[in-house]
Amino acid sequence: MGLEIAFWALAVVGIIAALAVVLLGDVFRAALSLVLCFLTVAGIYITLSADFLAAVQVLIYVGAISVLIILAIMLTREVQRGSPANRLQIPAFIVALLFLGGVAFAVLNTPWQVSEVTPLEPTTPALAGLLFGEGGFILPVEIAPLLLLAAILGAIVLVREK
Amino acid sequence: MAIGLEHYLILSAVLFSIGLYGALAKRNAIVILMSIELMLNAVNIAMVAFSRYIVPLLLTGQVFVIFIMVVAAAEAAVGLAIIISIYRYRETIDATKIDLMKW
Repeated sequence: MGLEIAFWALAVVGIIAALAVVLLGDVFRAALSLVLCFLTVAGIYITLSADFLAAVQVLIYVGAISVLIILAIMLTREVQRGSPANRLQIPAFIVALLFLGGVAFAVLNTPWQVSEVTPLEPTTPALAGLLFGEGGFILPVEIAPLLLLAAILGAIVLVREK
Repeated sequence: MAIGLEHYLILSAVLFSIGLYGALAKRNAIVILMSIELMLNAVNIAMVAFSRYIVPLLLTGQVFVIFIMVVAAAEAAVGLAIIISIYRYRETIDATKIDLMKW
Protein backbone atom coordinates (compact mmCIF):
# COMPACT_ATOMS: atom_id res chain seq x y z
CA MET A 1 0.00 0.00 0.00
CA GLY A 2 2.78 2.39 0.93
CA LEU A 3 4.53 1.58 -2.33
CA GLU A 4 1.44 2.55 -4.36
CA ILE A 5 1.04 5.89 -2.58
CA ALA A 6 4.77 6.62 -3.03
CA PHE A 7 4.67 5.68 -6.72
CA TRP A 8 1.61 7.80 -7.55
CA ALA A 9 2.84 10.82 -5.58
CA LEU A 10 6.30 10.64 -7.19
CA ALA A 11 4.87 10.05 -10.66
CA VAL A 12 2.45 13.00 -10.47
CA VAL A 13 5.06 15.39 -9.06
CA GLY A 14 7.65 14.20 -11.59
CA ILE A 15 5.35 14.66 -14.58
CA ILE A 16 4.23 18.12 -13.40
CA ALA A 17 7.88 19.12 -12.90
CA ALA A 18 8.80 17.79 -16.36
CA LEU A 19 5.91 19.74 -17.92
CA ALA A 20 7.12 22.84 -16.10
CA VAL A 21 10.59 22.36 -17.64
CA VAL A 22 9.24 22.61 -21.19
CA LEU A 23 6.33 25.05 -20.56
CA LEU A 24 7.73 27.69 -18.18
CA GLY A 25 8.94 30.86 -19.86
CA ASP A 26 11.60 31.61 -17.25
CA VAL A 27 14.70 29.49 -17.98
CA PHE A 28 15.92 29.63 -14.39
CA ARG A 29 12.61 28.34 -13.00
CA ALA A 30 12.65 25.63 -15.67
CA ALA A 31 16.09 24.55 -14.39
CA LEU A 32 14.80 24.45 -10.79
CA SER A 33 11.84 22.28 -11.78
CA LEU A 34 14.29 20.04 -13.66
CA VAL A 35 16.08 19.54 -10.31
CA LEU A 36 12.72 18.61 -8.73
CA CYS A 37 12.13 16.12 -11.54
CA PHE A 38 15.58 14.55 -10.94
CA LEU A 39 14.73 14.19 -7.24
CA THR A 40 11.44 12.42 -7.99
CA VAL A 41 13.31 10.09 -10.35
CA ALA A 42 15.60 9.23 -7.40
CA GLY A 43 12.47 8.42 -5.39
CA ILE A 44 11.20 6.22 -8.23
CA TYR A 45 14.50 4.30 -8.07
CA ILE A 46 13.90 3.70 -4.35
CA THR A 47 10.43 2.29 -5.05
CA LEU A 48 12.15 -0.02 -7.58
CA SER A 49 14.54 -1.14 -4.77
CA ALA A 50 17.58 0.34 -6.56
CA ASP A 51 19.09 2.07 -3.52
CA PHE A 52 22.60 2.62 -4.92
CA LEU A 53 21.23 4.20 -8.10
CA ALA A 54 19.03 6.55 -6.05
CA ALA A 55 22.11 7.80 -4.19
CA VAL A 56 24.06 8.15 -7.46
CA GLN A 57 21.12 10.00 -9.04
CA VAL A 58 21.07 12.53 -6.19
CA LEU A 59 24.87 12.95 -6.32
CA ILE A 60 25.31 13.28 -10.09
CA TYR A 61 22.07 14.80 -11.38
CA VAL A 62 20.77 16.82 -8.42
CA GLY A 63 24.28 17.73 -7.30
CA ALA A 64 26.50 18.13 -10.34
CA ILE A 65 24.53 18.41 -13.59
CA SER A 66 21.95 20.85 -12.19
CA VAL A 67 24.75 23.12 -10.91
CA LEU A 68 26.35 22.94 -14.36
CA ILE A 69 23.06 23.89 -16.07
CA ILE A 70 22.35 26.77 -13.66
CA LEU A 71 25.93 28.02 -14.15
CA ALA A 72 25.45 27.97 -17.93
CA ILE A 73 22.16 29.89 -17.57
CA MET A 74 23.93 32.50 -15.45
CA LEU A 75 26.81 32.82 -17.93
CA THR A 76 24.61 33.30 -20.99
CA ARG A 77 22.24 36.15 -20.03
CA GLU A 78 19.43 34.60 -22.05
CA VAL A 79 17.17 34.63 -18.97
CA GLN A 80 15.50 37.88 -19.95
CA ARG A 81 14.53 36.52 -23.35
CA GLY A 82 12.99 33.40 -21.78
CA SER A 83 12.53 30.15 -23.66
CA PRO A 84 10.10 30.75 -26.53
CA ALA A 85 9.00 27.94 -28.81
CA ASN A 86 10.09 27.82 -32.45
CA ARG A 87 7.73 27.43 -35.39
CA LEU A 88 7.84 23.62 -35.10
CA GLN A 89 5.77 23.74 -31.91
CA ILE A 90 2.62 22.03 -33.23
CA PRO A 91 4.43 19.34 -35.30
CA ALA A 92 6.66 18.63 -32.28
CA PHE A 93 3.58 18.26 -30.07
CA ILE A 94 2.01 15.86 -32.57
CA VAL A 95 5.23 13.83 -32.85
CA ALA A 96 5.52 13.55 -29.06
CA LEU A 97 1.86 12.53 -28.75
CA LEU A 98 2.23 9.91 -31.51
CA PHE A 99 5.36 8.55 -29.83
CA LEU A 100 3.56 8.33 -26.48
CA GLY A 101 0.60 6.57 -28.08
CA GLY A 102 2.82 4.07 -29.88
CA VAL A 103 4.88 3.22 -26.81
CA ALA A 104 1.78 2.95 -24.58
CA PHE A 105 0.14 0.63 -27.11
CA ALA A 106 3.27 -1.55 -27.28
CA VAL A 107 3.68 -1.67 -23.48
CA LEU A 108 0.05 -2.54 -22.76
CA ASN A 109 -0.14 -5.24 -25.46
CA THR A 110 3.09 -7.10 -24.67
CA PRO A 111 2.81 -10.18 -22.41
CA TRP A 112 5.68 -9.38 -20.02
CA GLN A 113 7.25 -12.37 -18.26
CA VAL A 114 7.33 -10.76 -14.82
CA SER A 115 9.47 -12.70 -12.35
CA GLU A 116 8.03 -13.19 -8.85
CA VAL A 117 11.43 -13.32 -7.12
CA THR A 118 11.92 -10.60 -4.51
CA PRO A 119 14.69 -8.25 -5.68
CA LEU A 120 18.12 -7.97 -4.09
CA GLU A 121 18.51 -5.45 -1.29
CA PRO A 122 20.98 -3.82 -0.72
CA THR A 123 22.20 -3.77 -4.30
CA THR A 124 25.61 -2.15 -3.77
CA PRO A 125 27.71 -5.33 -3.18
CA ALA A 126 26.05 -7.11 -6.12
CA LEU A 127 26.66 -4.09 -8.38
CA ALA A 128 30.30 -3.92 -7.30
CA GLY A 129 30.69 -7.62 -8.11
CA LEU A 130 29.15 -7.08 -11.54
CA LEU A 131 31.25 -4.01 -12.34
CA PHE A 132 34.63 -5.21 -11.10
CA GLY A 133 34.36 -8.98 -10.75
CA GLU A 134 35.23 -11.86 -13.08
CA GLY A 135 33.08 -12.04 -16.19
CA GLY A 136 31.50 -8.69 -15.41
CA PHE A 137 31.61 -5.29 -17.03
CA ILE A 138 35.28 -4.49 -16.36
CA LEU A 139 36.06 -3.38 -19.95
CA PRO A 140 33.29 -0.71 -20.06
CA VAL A 141 34.41 0.39 -16.58
CA GLU A 142 37.91 0.91 -18.01
CA ILE A 143 36.59 2.77 -21.06
CA ALA A 144 34.28 5.12 -19.08
CA PRO A 145 37.17 7.10 -17.48
CA LEU A 146 38.67 7.62 -20.96
CA LEU A 147 35.35 9.11 -22.10
CA LEU A 148 35.21 11.33 -19.01
CA LEU A 149 38.81 12.46 -19.53
CA ALA A 150 38.08 13.33 -23.17
CA ALA A 151 34.95 15.23 -22.09
CA ILE A 152 36.83 17.19 -19.41
CA LEU A 153 39.63 18.11 -21.85
CA GLY A 154 37.08 19.06 -24.52
CA ALA A 155 35.13 21.26 -22.11
CA ILE A 156 38.31 23.02 -20.94
CA VAL A 157 39.51 23.65 -24.50
CA LEU A 158 36.10 24.94 -25.60
CA VAL A 159 35.53 27.49 -22.83
CA ARG A 160 39.15 28.68 -22.37
CA GLU A 161 39.78 32.35 -23.12
CA LYS A 162 41.86 32.62 -26.27
CA MET B 1 -4.46 -2.20 -8.40
CA ALA B 2 -0.90 -3.13 -7.54
CA ILE B 3 1.95 -1.21 -9.12
CA GLY B 4 3.53 -3.27 -11.89
CA LEU B 5 6.03 -3.04 -14.71
CA GLU B 6 3.51 -1.32 -17.01
CA HIS B 7 3.07 1.64 -14.63
CA TYR B 8 6.78 2.37 -14.65
CA LEU B 9 7.05 1.95 -18.42
CA ILE B 10 4.12 4.34 -19.03
CA LEU B 11 5.66 6.88 -16.63
CA SER B 12 8.94 6.54 -18.51
CA ALA B 13 7.15 7.01 -21.86
CA VAL B 14 5.35 10.14 -20.60
CA LEU B 15 8.60 11.71 -19.36
CA PHE B 16 10.34 10.79 -22.64
CA SER B 17 7.54 12.37 -24.70
CA ILE B 18 7.72 15.60 -22.68
CA GLY B 19 11.48 15.68 -23.23
CA LEU B 20 11.03 14.95 -26.94
CA TYR B 21 8.58 17.84 -27.29
CA GLY B 22 10.98 20.18 -25.46
CA ALA B 23 13.97 19.10 -27.56
CA LEU B 24 12.08 19.65 -30.82
CA ALA B 25 10.08 22.79 -30.04
CA LYS B 26 12.38 25.05 -27.98
CA ARG B 27 14.64 27.85 -29.20
CA ASN B 28 16.90 28.22 -26.16
CA ALA B 29 19.83 25.78 -26.52
CA ILE B 30 20.08 25.27 -22.74
CA VAL B 31 16.40 24.28 -22.55
CA ILE B 32 17.02 21.81 -25.39
CA LEU B 33 19.88 20.29 -23.38
CA MET B 34 17.64 20.12 -20.30
CA SER B 35 15.02 18.27 -22.33
CA ILE B 36 17.66 15.79 -23.46
CA GLU B 37 18.58 15.14 -19.81
CA LEU B 38 14.88 14.54 -19.15
CA MET B 39 14.77 11.95 -21.95
CA LEU B 40 17.88 10.18 -20.57
CA ASN B 41 16.24 10.01 -17.14
CA ALA B 42 13.10 8.51 -18.66
CA VAL B 43 15.18 5.80 -20.34
CA ASN B 44 16.91 5.11 -17.02
CA ILE B 45 13.54 4.56 -15.31
CA ALA B 46 12.61 2.03 -17.99
CA MET B 47 15.97 0.25 -17.57
CA VAL B 48 15.64 -0.04 -13.79
CA ALA B 49 12.01 -1.17 -14.10
CA PHE B 50 12.98 -3.96 -16.52
CA SER B 51 15.82 -4.96 -14.22
CA ARG B 52 13.50 -5.02 -11.19
CA TYR B 53 10.59 -6.91 -12.74
CA ILE B 54 12.06 -9.21 -15.43
CA VAL B 55 15.45 -10.29 -13.99
CA PRO B 56 15.45 -9.18 -10.32
CA LEU B 57 18.65 -11.02 -9.41
CA LEU B 58 20.90 -10.09 -12.36
CA LEU B 59 20.94 -6.24 -12.01
CA THR B 60 22.09 -5.83 -15.63
CA GLY B 61 19.71 -2.93 -16.18
CA GLN B 62 21.18 -1.08 -13.21
CA VAL B 63 24.71 -1.49 -14.60
CA PHE B 64 23.49 -0.04 -17.91
CA VAL B 65 21.99 2.91 -16.00
CA ILE B 66 25.39 3.62 -14.42
CA PHE B 67 27.02 3.78 -17.86
CA ILE B 68 24.19 5.96 -19.21
CA MET B 69 24.81 8.35 -16.32
CA VAL B 70 28.53 8.52 -17.18
CA VAL B 71 27.74 9.33 -20.81
CA ALA B 72 25.05 11.86 -19.77
CA ALA B 73 27.50 13.67 -17.49
CA ALA B 74 30.11 13.86 -20.28
CA GLU B 75 27.44 15.03 -22.73
CA ALA B 76 26.19 17.75 -20.37
CA ALA B 77 29.73 19.06 -19.75
CA VAL B 78 30.68 19.20 -23.45
CA GLY B 79 27.26 20.49 -24.54
CA LEU B 80 27.22 23.36 -22.06
CA ALA B 81 30.85 24.21 -22.96
CA ILE B 82 29.84 24.42 -26.64
CA ILE B 83 26.83 26.62 -25.75
CA ILE B 84 29.00 29.02 -23.69
CA SER B 85 31.58 29.13 -26.47
CA ILE B 86 28.88 29.94 -29.05
CA TYR B 87 27.45 32.62 -26.77
CA ARG B 88 30.88 34.28 -26.57
CA TYR B 89 31.21 34.56 -30.34
CA ARG B 90 27.62 35.26 -31.37
CA GLU B 91 25.93 36.75 -28.26
CA THR B 92 22.96 34.40 -28.69
CA ILE B 93 22.02 30.82 -27.89
CA ASP B 94 18.84 30.85 -29.96
CA ALA B 95 19.02 27.52 -31.80
CA THR B 96 17.16 28.95 -34.81
CA LYS B 97 19.79 31.68 -35.27
CA ILE B 98 22.81 29.37 -34.99
CA ASP B 99 22.60 28.29 -38.64
CA LEU B 100 26.16 28.76 -39.87
CA MET B 101 26.30 25.17 -41.16
CA LYS B 102 22.82 25.29 -42.69
CA TRP B 103 22.93 24.75 -46.43
